[in-house]
Amino acid sequence: MKLDYLILALKNLKHRGIRSWLTLLGIFIGVTAVVALIGLGNGLEAAVGAQFGVSTTEVITIQGGGVNAFGAPGSGVVNKLTTDDMNAIDKLSSVEVAVPRILASGKVEYNDAVTFEIVASIPNGIKRKWAYEIFDSKVDVGRLLKDGDTNKVVLGYNFGLDNKIFEKAIVYGKTVLIQDEKFVVIGILEKTGSAIFDNVAYMNEEPLRELMNYGDDVDVIAAKVHNEDEIDRAKEDIEKLLRQRRDVKMGEEDFEVSTPEAMMETVNSVLGGVQAFIVIIASISILVGALGIVNTMTTSVLERRKEIGIMKAIGGTNYQVFLQFFFESGMLGLLGGLVGVILGTIVSTLGIVGINNFIGGELQPTFDFILIGGTLFGSFLIGAVAGIAPAMSAAKQNPVEALRG
Amino acid sequence: MVYKFLVRQIYIEELVIFGMVTPIRQSVPLKGKKVSKEVIRLRNVSKHYPMGDSVVKALSHLEFKVFQGEFVAIMGPSGSGKSTAMNLVGSLDMPTFGNIYLDDKDISEFSESDLAQLRGKKIGFIFQSFNLIPNLTVRENVMLPMMFQGEDIDVRREKAAELLKLVELSDRMDHYPGEISGGQMQRVAIARSLANDPEVILADEPTGNLDTKTGAIVMEFLEKLNKKGKTVIMVTHDPELAEEYADVIYWLRDGILEKVTKKCGKRFMDVTRKKKKEAREKTVIKATVETTKKRKGGK
Repeated sequence: MKLDYLILALKNLKHRGIRSWLTLLGIFIGVTAVVALIGLGNGLEAAVGAQFGVSTTEVITIQGGGVNAFGAPGSGVVNKLTTDDMNAIDKLSSVEVAVPRILASGKVEYNDAVTFEIVASIPNGIKRKWAYEIFDSKVDVGRLLKDGDTNKVVLGYNFGLDNKIFEKAIVYGKTVLIQDEKFVVIGILEKTGSAIFDNVAYMNEEPLRELMNYGDDVDVIAAKVHNEDEIDRAKEDIEKLLRQRRDVKMGEEDFEVSTPEAMMETVNSVLGGVQAFIVIIASISILVGALGIVNTMTTSVLERRKEIGIMKAIGGTNYQVFLQFFFESGMLGLLGGLVGVILGTIVSTLGIVGINNFIGGELQPTFDFILIGGTLFGSFLIGAVAGIAPAMSAAKQNPVEALRG
Repeated sequence: MVYKFLVRQIYIEELVIFGMVTPIRQSVPLKGKKVSKEVIRLRNVSKHYPMGDSVVKALSHLEFKVFQGEFVAIMGPSGSGKSTAMNLVGSLDMPTFGNIYLDDKDISEFSESDLAQLRGKKIGFIFQSFNLIPNLTVRENVMLPMMFQGEDIDVRREKAAELLKLVELSDRMDHYPGEISGGQMQRVAIARSLANDPEVILADEPTGNLDTKTGAIVMEFLEKLNKKGKTVIMVTHDPELAEEYADVIYWLRDGILEKVTKKCGKRFMDVTRKKKKEAREKTVIKATVETTKKRKGGK
């Protein structure tokens, strides 16, 4: 039976003037903001995560601290990590394997065009397999590096595109100059979605050390743990070990040991601030929207006094009159929410397309149906609550006076 | 005789109190027509409205009785209290003094909601300005009173279609009130008034907003309904209309019931009961005065 009043309310809404819809602005701006924000927030988190280029959550990244200059991570550091550090970490019981990585900024030349890009190392032997696994490297064309490949290079996805790094795409089999030495391109990697990883040239560790005069230095050590649960213990172990080796006290570390979780936390805390701000704005907007509904419903009750009188004359009880206005108000809120959800989804989808264009990622817009359902229900509730007082005043009208109009 | 010159609502109650005037009582059932049950009864009803410091006495000491199957008209010029009388008869309003019985039940004993339900079931309203709900189609308007009675939607739809067929508007069912003529709107209102199969149709100036021709059509429908056994109470200012259709006419003036006339053949006869037996009436007055005093003392 209540459904009847809901249908009646919908019918009345159909005949509402533009004024009623304008009062919904507040609700739908608020809901748009919330929905867009949550959709974008998930996208942003994914985007930032992709930038770290770590596909598993079991990998700890260790790099030398101190001067964090421009350039590749780990480079420009005073007290660099060494291969000995790497070997010591490798021996820790909580660490399954530690993979060294040199990240050097190098001059890359192709078809007489010059650019500076990061050249990264791939370790030899058993660790090569781990490195490919940790960094999730797969070739798009050609093959990955093998032990003994000296004058060979594998390039990131963006090298294979026109107008990205070079005007003309580098194709598999061609020769590029890195630091004026010739290297044959034996493979182009698949797209990772990370602007850093897609722009990197990879070569074996030994030739790169020679090319860049690296000695024993290592820029980044990636340590994989046995399983995710041990990641915090492994982090402590590594920190303790490096403090001993580098002779520093706790709190004065000249190195950084970061877990994916910690990185995400940093990202999230920044995003969280932005989100909190938008949520406050959205709440104010929704509050204004709710007041708008109170206003429009109060006006509506005054305008439709005669209708209320008729309803009472033909047998409508106070409760039945109340129900009709109550549902009408709820439906107003719901419609505001619906418009908001649609707009919000459009905004977040556009935003994600924008992020994808900016970072060259492949993020998919996410649709959280629980979120959408919850938002719609919430909007109905806001509308309904806003309509209680006007609906009560409608119900209390004296039929004779109401009929007079 | 004196009272005829003094029929002013301000004085009349005092006159009653001092025993100078007899409140008019009429309660003769119709002869000829089969009348049985008393449907609505107003017993010594007064309605006063506060207006600033003073009190407007819209209606004083009205005695009114309607039997099942009657066609009753409440006649009077504007300001005569006939609208007030209609609201009271339709149980939309509560009297200041006196009692109103709907189907032998005192309406003052009902809660507001119960009264609304009872009203929806027993009385069908027809208004001068049609009073259809503009946002609903013709059919939905007719369905509305049934919705308030908790009728199932399929039943409602079907019955509305039937009723609209009765008023010859089957082809206008899905139109909105704004899309049909005044005469058609009033026929929709008639269909709506019949929705819950009420005993009484209460029509307030049903032809007031219509031209003569369409007005006549509407009246024909009301007459037809009356012949089928519905009790019709019509409020009007037009004596010709009242005399053409009604069996009994209550003439109101300045909030007082002036006379009651009843159709006898083709003519109307004054059947107002007054001062036939002075002695008997005076005792009645005394009793009224006493109860009035008691009431006033009590307040």
